[in-house]
Amino acid sequence: MRHFDGKCLSTRRALQPHFRKLKLDSPFQPRLDALNLQQAWYDWAGYKAPSALWDEELEYFAIRSQAAVFDISPMVKYRIEGEDAEAFLDRLTLRDVTKLKPGRVHYTAWCDDDGFVLDDGTLFRLSPTRFRLCCQERHLPWLLDSAPGFEVEIEEETETVAGLALQGPTSWSVLNAAGFAGSEKLKPFDIASFPHADGEVTISRTGFTGDLGYELFVDAKNALPLWDRLFEAGKLFGVRAIGYHALNTARIEAGLIVANADFVTAEHAIRQDRVRMPDEIGLGFMVDLKKPGYFNGRHAIENARKKGGPAHVLVGLEIEGNVPAEHAIVYHRKTREVGLVSAAIWSPLAKRNIAIVSLQRDYGKDGTADLWVEIYAMRELQYVRLMKRAKVVPRPFVKLDRRAATPPGAF
Amino acid sequence: MKSWDAIVVGAGHNGLVNACYLQRAGLDVLVVEKNEWVGGAAVSRSLTPGFLYSNCSYVCSLFRPEIMRDLELPKFGLQVISYEGGAVFTRDGDYLANYRDHHAHRREFARFSRKDAEAYDRYARDVTRQCRFIQPLLMRTAPDPTSLKPRDIGELLYLGRKFAGLGAREMADTLRFWTMSISDFLDEYFETDVIKANFALSGIIGTALGPMSPGTAYVLLHHYMGEVDGSVGAWGYARGGMGAITKALADSFRASGGTIRTEAEVERILVGNGRAGGVVLAGGEEVRAKLVVSNADVKRTFLKFVEEKELPDIFLRRVKNFRMRGSSGKVNIALDSMPEFPALPPDSPCLRADMHFTDSVERMERAYDDWKAGRWSADPFLDMVIPTTLDPTMAPPGKHFMSCFVQYCPPKVEGRDWTDADRDAFGETVISQIADYSPGFRDRIVHMEIRTPRELEAEVGLTEGNIFQGELTFDQLLFNRPVPGYAQYRSPIGGLYICGSSTHPGGGVMGAPGRNAATEILRDLKRGVKHMSPAHDVI
Repeated sequence: MRHFDGKCLSTRRALQPHFRKLKLDSPFQPRLDALNLQQAWYDWAGYKAPSALWDEELEYFAIRSQAAVFDISPMVKYRIEGEDAEAFLDRLTLRDVTKLKPGRVHYTAWCDDDGFVLDDGTLFRLSPTRFRLCCQERHLPWLLDSAPGFEVEIEEETETVAGLALQGPTSWSVLNAAGFAGSEKLKPFDIASFPHADGEVTISRTGFTGDLGYELFVDAKNALPLWDRLFEAGKLFGVRAIGYHALNTARIEAGLIVANADFVTAEHAIRQDRVRMPDEIGLGFMVDLKKPGYFNGRHAIENARKKGGPAHVLVGLEIEGNVPAEHAIVYHRKTREVGLVSAAIWSPLAKRNIAIVSLQRDYGKDGTADLWVEIYAMRELQYVRLMKRAKVVPRPFVKLDRRAATPPGAF
Repeated sequence: MKSWDAIVVGAGHNGLVNACYLQRAGLDVLVVEKNEWVGGAAVSRSLTPGFLYSNCSYVCSLFRPEIMRDLELPKFGLQVISYEGGAVFTRDGDYLANYRDHHAHRREFARFSRKDAEAYDRYARDVTRQCRFIQPLLMRTAPDPTSLKPRDIGELLYLGRKFAGLGAREMADTLRFWTMSISDFLDEYFETDVIKANFALSGIIGTALGPMSPGTAYVLLHHYMGEVDGSVGAWGYARGGMGAITKALADSFRASGGTIRTEAEVERILVGNGRAGGVVLAGGEEVRAKLVVSNADVKRTFLKFVEEKELPDIFLRRVKNFRMRGSSGKVNIALDSMPEFPALPPDSPCLRADMHFTDSVERMERAYDDWKAGRWSADPFLDMVIPTTLDPTMAPPGKHFMSCFVQYCPPKVEGRDWTDADRDAFGETVISQIADYSPGFRDRIVHMEIRTPRELEAEVGLTEGNIFQGELTFDQLLFNRPVPGYAQYRSPIGGLYICGSSTHPGGGVMGAPGRNAATEILRDLKRGVKHMSPAHDVI
C-alpha cells in the first residue's frame, strides 16, 4: 500500500494562504461566474458551487428537454491503482468488483464493520488495474486503513480531475457535434476515452438525472477548453449550464439518494441510532453474498437479515395534493409516527407529489394502507397544516426510455 | 448579634453562583472574601495604568448558560465573545492553525497530512458522542451508589440508562476515554506530531499529568464540553476579562439583596455539637450563620478551616489523599504594541486566538519530566492569548494584554519554597520562548505579572495553585469527587457545605458546582428551586 502526501516545508508554506479563500474555485469557475446571473452559491465539499444560475425551474427543463451542464468537479474522487486494486475494492465494497469489466462503471456502497453505510458512490474501472471511486464524503483514512496487505496505490484526485455532467435528451447530440466520434456506442455505465486538447477526456454514460446523459472527466488544466467545446457544439441543441436545485428535482424524480441528505453516513453520525445498513436505505440489492470471502460489514449484514432485517426501509412515496412534503413526519392511521420524509417535490414530469422517505420496516411494504403525511406549509407567516394520504410506490418515479436507448436518440 | 441564614466563604465564581441562588430563594446570605476584590480565580485587575489583566483564568466556554440566564448576568454586563481557533507554531518555521470553517480546517491539516485532515471527522464524531454523554451530568448531583434513597437510586438508574443507551462500541469508548492517556488516544486517529500536539494540549491543561499519563483523555473532554451560545466546544473571551463574570455575579447578588464583605479572611469555621454555626475572621470577629458554604477547595476547607478532631478519620484521610497538585503558572504581560510572529501571515485570524509553541506530544512529556523532578519546565507548554485583539476594553488602542498560561510549574522548587528569584527566572523562561518566535518581543513589554503556584495559593487560596481544585482524573470524578460518600456538596459536619471546583463536576469557570450545591442546600431547607431553570436539553 502506498499513498502520496506532500509534507516538505516549502510545500506546506506555499499552501498557507488558503485561509483567505474559504470556498475553493472549481476549474470551471470563470465560466460559472460569467453565467451565474443569480450569484447564488452553496458549499459543496468546500467548493463554491452554483445553487441556481438564472432560474431554477427553467434550468430543470433544460435537463428534461435539451442538454444541461452541471459542474461535478467538487465530487470527491480517489484514484485506486495497482495489481491488487480489484481485490482491495472487492474487500472494501458491497458489490462483486471482479464482475466489473474495464471500461464499465457501477453504483456501489461500502460499510463499516457493523454493516453501517459509510457512503455510496460510483466506481469506474478505467483499466484492469486502475479505478476511480467517486463519492460525497471523504474516506482517505478509511481507504488507507483498509489497504494493508494489498498492492495498491490510493490518491485523492478531487482537485486535479475536473468533471462535468452533461444530461438531457440532446446530450449525445452535443457530444456528437463536439466531435467525440464513437460516443454513440456507449451503453449505460460504459466508459471510453477520447482525445481532447493535449490529453484526453474520459466519458461515461452515467448521471444523476434518470435521463439520457454522460459524465466527462478531464485533467483540471484542460477543463475550460472542454467547457467551451461543449458549449460551442451545443449551441444548436439548447445546451445550458445549471445549478444544484434543478439537478435535485431531477434526481428525486429518478429516485436517487444523496448521502447525508437521505441517510446519515456512519462516520458522521453523532447519534448512534442514526446510522443505516444498506437494506435500510434501498441499497440491499448491492450486497453480493455470493462473492467469495469477506467484505467489510458482511457478517453484520448477514446477521441482521437472519433476524428479519434491520429496523428501517427507504422507499418512494406518492402523496395526495401538490404541496411538497419536505421533512414531514409520516404517520400510520394518522396517529402512529412511522417515518420521515428526506426529500420531496412536485414532479413536473410525473405530475405527482413525490417523496423519498425512511419508514419503520413494517410500514414500508408496497401498498401498505393508511399512511399519512403531515405537512406544515408556511403561507404568509401562518402554517397551513395538511394531513395527506400517501402510498408507497416503486422508484424511480419517472422512467425514461431514452435513458437506456443505444444508440442514443438524436433529439 | 446578627445571624445570617448562610455564609459563603470565598467570592470565587462558584461561591457567588451559590450565594446568588440562595439569596434568590429568600435566604439572607453573606459572602466573605479575604481579598479586597471579589472573583477568586476569575478576576480582572489593573496592575499598571491603562491595562486590565485576566489574572488567573483567561478564556471562557464552560460557564453554564442556564446560570447566566437565571442570574441575569447579561443585565449586569456580561458578554462572552467567540474567537477563531488558534495555532501551534512548529520549530521549522511553519504553524498549524485551527479554523472555524470546516473545510479551511481540513485544508489546513492537509498541509501536513491528507489522511489526518480527513481523520478529523471521525475524531470529532467520537469526541462529540462522549461530550453528549457527559454534558447532562454536569448540572445534576452525582448519585451516591451506596445509598438506598429513592433519589440516589433514580439518579443511578439515569446514569445507567444513559450509559446503556450508548451502544456497545460507545460504551467501550467511554471506558477507554475515561482511563486512557491523551497520547495513546490521539495515536488511534492521527499520524502527524504537530496535529497530535494540537489536540493533546487540552488533555494536560491544569493537570499534574503528562500527555502520556493515563487519565488525560478525559481532561480533553472536560475542555470540549463547553459552548459559546450553543456552539459546542467553542471558546471565547469575557469582555472586560474573566473578572467580568464575577463582577456580574457580585452585582446580581447585591441587586437581589445579598451582602459581600471583602478583606474578611476566614480563619476558621465555627463548629459546635457537630454543626457549623458561622465563621471566625482573621482578627477574631465571629460571624454567626445557620449554615456555612465553603467555596475554598476541599483541603483548605477541612484541613485549615475545621479542626481535625471534628472530622471522621477515613474522611480526613481521603481529604488528605485527594490529589490537588500544582502544575501550572501564569504570566500576564502588558504590551505597548502588537507582537509580530513572522511565521504567521500578518492577517491570520490565529493572532486573535490561542497560540502555542509545543509542536509534539514528546516535547510536552519532556516538559512534564522537569515537573516530576521538581523543576519548572525548561521548554514549557504555553497557552497564549491576546484578548485585546477582540476586546477593546482591556488596553488602550494599539496596546495589548497578553495572557500566558504556563505548564509545568511545580508547587515547590526541588523540594524548597519558591523565592522571588525563582519566580523571575520562571518568567524569563516564558519570555524567552515567546521571543524565539517573536523578534523584538521584549522591547514591547510594559509590565509583567508572574504567578507561580506560590502566588496562586497565597492570593487566590488554591492549594498548591491547582487551578481545578483537584485533578480531573476518573478516580476523582462523579461520586468520588471529592470524597466517596460526600459527593453531594455536604460534609460530615452538619450545616457545612462545599461548592467549589473540588466538587462534581469539577474545575473550569463553569458555575455548575456552585449551582448544584445550592440545589442540595435548598433541598435540605425544604425550599423551592423554581428560580433555577432546568438544565438545557442535549438532543
